[in-house]
Amino acid sequence: MRHRPGGLAVTAAIIGVLVAIPTLGVLGHLFRPSGEAWRGMAGTVLPGYLLNTLWLLLGVGAGTAFGGIATAWLIVMCRFPGRRFFEWALTLPLAVPAYVLAYVYADFLQFAGPVQTALRDLFGWSAGDYWFPEIRSVGGAIVLFSVAFYPYVYLLARTAFIEQSVCAIDASRTLGAGATESFFRVALPLARPAIAAGVALALMETLADFGAVAYLDVPTFATGIYRAWFSFGDQAAAAQLAAALLLFALGLLLIERTSRASRRFHQATHRYRALPSFHLVGARAWAATAICALPLLIGFALPAAILLRFAVLSGDAQWGERYFVLTRNSVVVAMLVAFFTVALATIIAYAARNERSPLVRWIARLAGMGYAVPGTVIAVGILVPMALFDNALDSWMRSLFGVSTGLLLTGSVAGIVYACVVRFMTPGMQSLEASLARITPGIDGASRTLGAGPFETLRRIHRPMLRGGLASAALIVFVDTMKELPATLMLRPFNFDTLAVQTYNLARDERLAEASTAALTIVAVGVLPIMLLTRAALRARPGHAG
Amino acid sequence: MKAFSGRAVALALVMASSGLAGTAAAEDKVVNLYTGRHYQTDEKLYAEFTRQTGIKINRIEGKEDEIIERIRNEGANSPADVLITVDMGRIWKAEQAGLLAPVKSATLEQRIPSNLRDPEGKWFAFSTRARVLIYAKDRIKPEQVDRYEDLASAALKGKVCVRSSGNIYNLSLLASIIATQGEQKAEEWAKGVVANMARPPQGGDTDQIKAVAAGQCDVAVSNTYYFARILNSTKEDDKAIAAKLAISFPNQADRGTHVNISGGGLVKTAPNKQNGIKFLEYLVSDEAQRYFANGNNEYPVAEVKTDNKVLEGWGSFKTDKVNVGELGRNQAKAQAIFNKVGWK
Repeated sequence: MRHRPGGLAVTAAIIGVLVAIPTLGVLGHLFRPSGEAWRGMAGTVLPGYLLNTLWLLLGVGAGTAFGGIATAWLIVMCRFPGRRFFEWALTLPLAVPAYVLAYVYADFLQFAGPVQTALRDLFGWSAGDYWFPEIRSVGGAIVLFSVAFYPYVYLLARTAFIEQSVCAIDASRTLGAGATESFFRVALPLARPAIAAGVALALMETLADFGAVAYLDVPTFATGIYRAWFSFGDQAAAAQLAAALLLFALGLLLIERTSRASRRFHQATHRYRALPSFHLVGARAWAATAICALPLLIGFALPAAILLRFAVLSGDAQWGERYFVLTRNSVVVAMLVAFFTVALATIIAYAARNERSPLVRWIARLAGMGYAVPGTVIAVGILVPMALFDNALDSWMRSLFGVSTGLLLTGSVAGIVYACVVRFMTPGMQSLEASLARITPGIDGASRTLGAGPFETLRRIHRPMLRGGLASAALIVFVDTMKELPATLMLRPFNFDTLAVQTYNLARDERLAEASTAALTIVAVGVLPIMLLTRAALRARPGHAG
Repeated sequence: MKAFSGRAVALALVMASSGLAGTAAAEDKVVNLYTGRHYQTDEKLYAEFTRQTGIKINRIEGKEDEIIERIRNEGANSPADVLITVDMGRIWKAEQAGLLAPVKSATLEQRIPSNLRDPEGKWFAFSTRARVLIYAKDRIKPEQVDRYEDLASAALKGKVCVRSSGNIYNLSLLASIIATQGEQKAEEWAKGVVANMARPPQGGDTDQIKAVAAGQCDVAVSNTYYFARILNSTKEDDKAIAAKLAISFPNQADRGTHVNISGGGLVKTAPNKQNGIKFLEYLVSDEAQRYFANGNNEYPVAEVKTDNKVLEGWGSFKTDKVNVGELGRNQAKAQAIFNKVGWK
């Protein structure tokens, strides 16, 4: 039908390149000579960093998969006390930044913390008399990341289970399979692509994290990149490590994409009816309640309660008008990022759907890499070209018109927005592509036959049909940006603090109790969009777009 | 979902964002501060400068390494006037990167002892903090912890709590030991400390102090202001911790206690040079020096009487007057030694 690249493909390509620049910019240092201090590091600590990262990925992969699948299956297939509440509440841990979980639990569970102190007082133990799990360890990090990120798997697996043709489950039951057997032999394999996609998102977040692992003293790949770049000033080593990290990320992205692509073929029929549900009673019902309550408790209720207690007893001395400004800054940046991410992701996702050129598909893939890259790396990747551009423009304007433009973009809100768009393109694109996939290509064909161009089709046909997907994408990017710290910290303008920055500054000054106020505000502001997001997801029913 | 009107949202966003930032514009009466100081109590310090001079302070707080990277990339057009760090290794690094301009100021030279400023005037220390040992009064005798070397002695096996090696305060401490004792002795010391650790390094200085109070270890390494903050606290929890602990300023009989600085300098490309120098001079005034002590429990560099009872109670002590340039140069060696001996 079309052979020359259309305007849409070109637009998507430009956006894709812009989004990929910060990551590629860091890789540009790949072939610089490597520094000496760094070589010593490679032989001593780096293997440990790598091992930590691998264990984390394995553990968080297993943890989020298990937590997400178990809760989604129970919610979709069973009736038990609290099911209606858990159905939406299970996504609440998304509002709590991973580094806040680390702050709270490291303090709560350490030797000198309240839990161990109470145990010692109660039983008369002293140091060395008893064993207690060490929160500042790979295991501790796995648990915290798992409860922070399992909602991605839960949301996707839940939709997958609902969308499964009832016939498949019915058939398996008719053939004599029990509930357990139909789960393992039919439902789980059918939902596998959605689960893989959710786990890939969780693992990319894990790879990108620096704040939580730094606080838990579990050095990872991200730590290695950071130390190489900043402590040793060795950009080449940092770039080499970043390249290795990107390979991981690319692998995860491929898993995520191919999983989603193959999902289409699993839909055997378009006839749906409400799934039969198992009424659980007695001990089994309470076990189901407990399974759903556990991640919610660890990932949301307990940390929120601890923060609230801190905030009330000895909160931030700056509580007051300043918090209005902090909240406004956080919210406005998050809204800007959500808007631009969704707008740009729509164009890329739509081009990837319509254009057959492999180039566009690769660009879409490149654009998604930022999700697995630590925010600091993206910040450096943006700072360097942005400052170059500003300075070049300035000297050009000076020589031509004798006017100095100074630094136009560097140190402006635009830099932060740019960085966050790069970081959060993947989760934005993900929920868009999911709802785009539900619109049959026949509709596109009809619109094009009637003379509408691709942009017009997008605007007049798809946008209205995509509303749900757009809203979900915007909400998830909004919440992610509210939690974002490293890029904001490095790129922000003068006197521009956000809630995340305030939390970090106080925690860095070892004033955890005071930091609780800002942390709690992040959580509180995040809860509303997450409830909206969940409501939209819950309403989405098979057979309807969005 | 409700109708999602792209245009309305875009309009709202533009309107909202126009109210943000825009503060770094070319005003005459401003000074632009890039700072690694992250102490909330500094608000008063800055407010007092604006009250006295009418010069507004624009601030970016962050991690020093990132701030230095930012100034370097911003180049000739960087708005930064003054750079402040909380560690001598970093201010040395900024100086080495050629980011700082020499400042000639009688006030600064007169108020700051010569070992706490760069001979060329590229950086000045405004406050100091000692790296001291905090120990449990009931389990440790003072003479067991009166030297840094004691941390590596067999008598303290399984009793030492200290934070990780990536921490800049530990790097500077080891750099000072390299400078005074040589690399080999420094490595032996680090090895001995690792062998004595009660637990793998974790948490911040406050966490180490709390671990001693709770009985996980008997002696911790900490900066003075973290311990002074607990001693000055009115919270019951903190009072209970303070009651169990004592402080040791190590090596009083020989080279003196290792002292780190919070210092700053004028950025070479500073657009508001005069205001920048005014700000540096303000930081050594009696008022400002008192804020460092009264607000954040740091030691002033100038001779002033403070209201900080804890600091005044500790009195004066002998400091290790090792050359700052040497400390800066030794940072990489220090990290290499830490990595080698397995100090996490």
